[in-house]
Amino acid sequence: MQGFKAAVDGICNPPILFSLIFALFFVAFLWKRVHWIWTPKACILLLTAGLAFVGFGLTDPNFHAILTKPDNVPIVGMLFLVGFFSWLSMYLGLKNDRRTAANLPPVEKLESEIKILVWPDLVYTEMLCMILWSVLLIVWSIYLKAPIEEPANPAKTPNPSKAPWYFLGLQEMLVYYDPWIAGVLLPGLIIVGLMALPYIDPNKKGNGYFTFAERKWEILTFQFGFLVLWVMMIITGTFFRGPNQNFFGPFEHWDVHKLVPLSNINLSEVIWVRVFNVGLPQNWLVRESFGITLVLAYFLLVPMVLGRTLFKSFFEKMGMVRYQILVFLLLCMVSLPIKMYLRWLFNMHYVVAIPEYFFNI
Amino acid sequence: MAEAPKKSLFALLRESQVWNSIFRHGPPDNTRNRSLAVLTNVFLHLHPVKVRKSGLRLKYTWCAGGTTFFLFLVETVTGLLLMFYYRPTSEYAFSDILDLRSQVPLGIMREIHRWGAHAMVIAVWLHMLRVFMTGSYKPPREFNWNIGVLLLVLTLLLSFTGYLLPWDQLAMWAVTVGSNMARATPFLGNEGPGAALLKVGDISLVHAGDDARFALLAGRFVGSGALLRFYVLHCVGIPLVAAVLMAVHFWRVRKDGGISGPL
Repeated sequence: MQGFKAAVDGICNPPILFSLIFALFFVAFLWKRVHWIWTPKACILLLTAGLAFVGFGLTDPNFHAILTKPDNVPIVGMLFLVGFFSWLSMYLGLKNDRRTAANLPPVEKLESEIKILVWPDLVYTEMLCMILWSVLLIVWSIYLKAPIEEPANPAKTPNPSKAPWYFLGLQEMLVYYDPWIAGVLLPGLIIVGLMALPYIDPNKKGNGYFTFAERKWEILTFQFGFLVLWVMMIITGTFFRGPNQNFFGPFEHWDVHKLVPLSNINLSEVIWVRVFNVGLPQNWLVRESFGITLVLAYFLLVPMVLGRTLFKSFFEKMGMVRYQILVFLLLCMVSLPIKMYLRWLFNMHYVVAIPEYFFNI
Repeated sequence: MAEAPKKSLFALLRESQVWNSIFRHGPPDNTRNRSLAVLTNVFLHLHPVKVRKSGLRLKYTWCAGGTTFFLFLVETVTGLLLMFYYRPTSEYAFSDILDLRSQVPLGIMREIHRWGAHAMVIAVWLHMLRVFMTGSYKPPREFNWNIGVLLLVLTLLLSFTGYLLPWDQLAMWAVTVGSNMARATPFLGNEGPGAALLKVGDISLVHAGDDARFALLAGRFVGSGALLRFYVLHCVGIPLVAAVLMAVHFWRVRKDGGISGPL
């Protein structure tokens, strides 16, 4: 058991954990041979495995301490719910895909022309839903007390200090980006991107029923953003970030004195000092010219190249403006994993570092 | 002499003038009266009279949107009860929260409010996931998807503003961490890119005493000004906006063709 715990803690460091999650995500959605995971049997198996892991984990004092913090209990529930409903939507989607392949309409179509009365059929479901939720909330509230800590004290900063749990994905981005990107720009772009979604989605298919085959790229993009970059980042920020925002495995003791070497280095330092072997130039524009070129190329050249190659059909279908918005949003989203790997592989701190104007990327 | 069959109490009630003044249709045992039950009730008429059978399947909707709305109502009712006892000042806030549990009858209102809030955040995410996975944001529902995104943001802001109110270490520092981000807003935060460019001579226009974070917190740090500001936003400001947007959201569900289904 100690060996198992040590193995889990060993896997749980950002590069390995996130690489595993990225790989698992694409394998689960794209590799047809493992599509048996989207069957009810596999769902029960995975749920049982998940529950067994949590149950086993609770016997460990460190795991127990972090999981049973009152505000963390709903997050465990959220993880299972998001997992279950992601599974359900894929299960129903693949089922419809098989029907489509056999020239049958989606399941929803069989009943979509039938209209039934709201009274009693819908109000009855709503009533049941309300009763169930009321009972659940009352029982939950009796058995789990809302957290209350010491009175607010501006002179005593807790370690770690964390945002409310639903913003911990954003706080986790702070590890890789400065606050103006992680806390302002990217959250803003998430909202803008979600709102733009219906206008930049060129696919007319899959309106009003579950499907995967007809909307593969949309679902992959959305679920990558939601499951990996939002939910997984929240899980990381909640359960794995301890004192000094250091990363801890689930069975690891939150040691305030854990030492993590800070060896991050800016791109400009790598180029001027390590490659050219001269000091950093005084002028920030000269100093950061390489990083600025790189970022500009990323946002200006990549869309052009993609428009002629991989995204050619999108470009032709959508027109210039919509295509540019789509690719800009995608590039912003992908910039997070890119920055993560730059950090893990090269200790990259900032690609563009202009602290004079608080402009670091 | 044969006795007239005994009428049940409910049947007698149904014949009374009071009942008939409220419900102006007969018992809902035929299509006409069932339609009237929805049409003549201000709350029920959020629904159409008839809906797609496919749209009623729990498998299809997960009842996630309905759950979110129900939890909003739970939050409204429990929040109103909490407002009777809670005073949003730095002297009283913390001890009022303690008293809510130990001194107030039915001392689980704060628990219901807090867990309901967490559940609402999760429910609104699941609702978004369902709407996305069924492609229900596609024409003609683009605009309503936008309203939904705004409602999702408002849900998070409601939860965030409420997070400060217990006025304990958890609350104060979570909001400190969250609101520190505002300091980095481009041009509007004193540590944001571009803010240093906004100055007249030597006088900088954006500094810690007038930037975006200051506007949010009514001060340079999380203090009693922030507590009052968050309280007003939490109890009045954001719920009002959310209620208006919810009205639009529900209205548009109907006007855009009801719960989505294959075309």
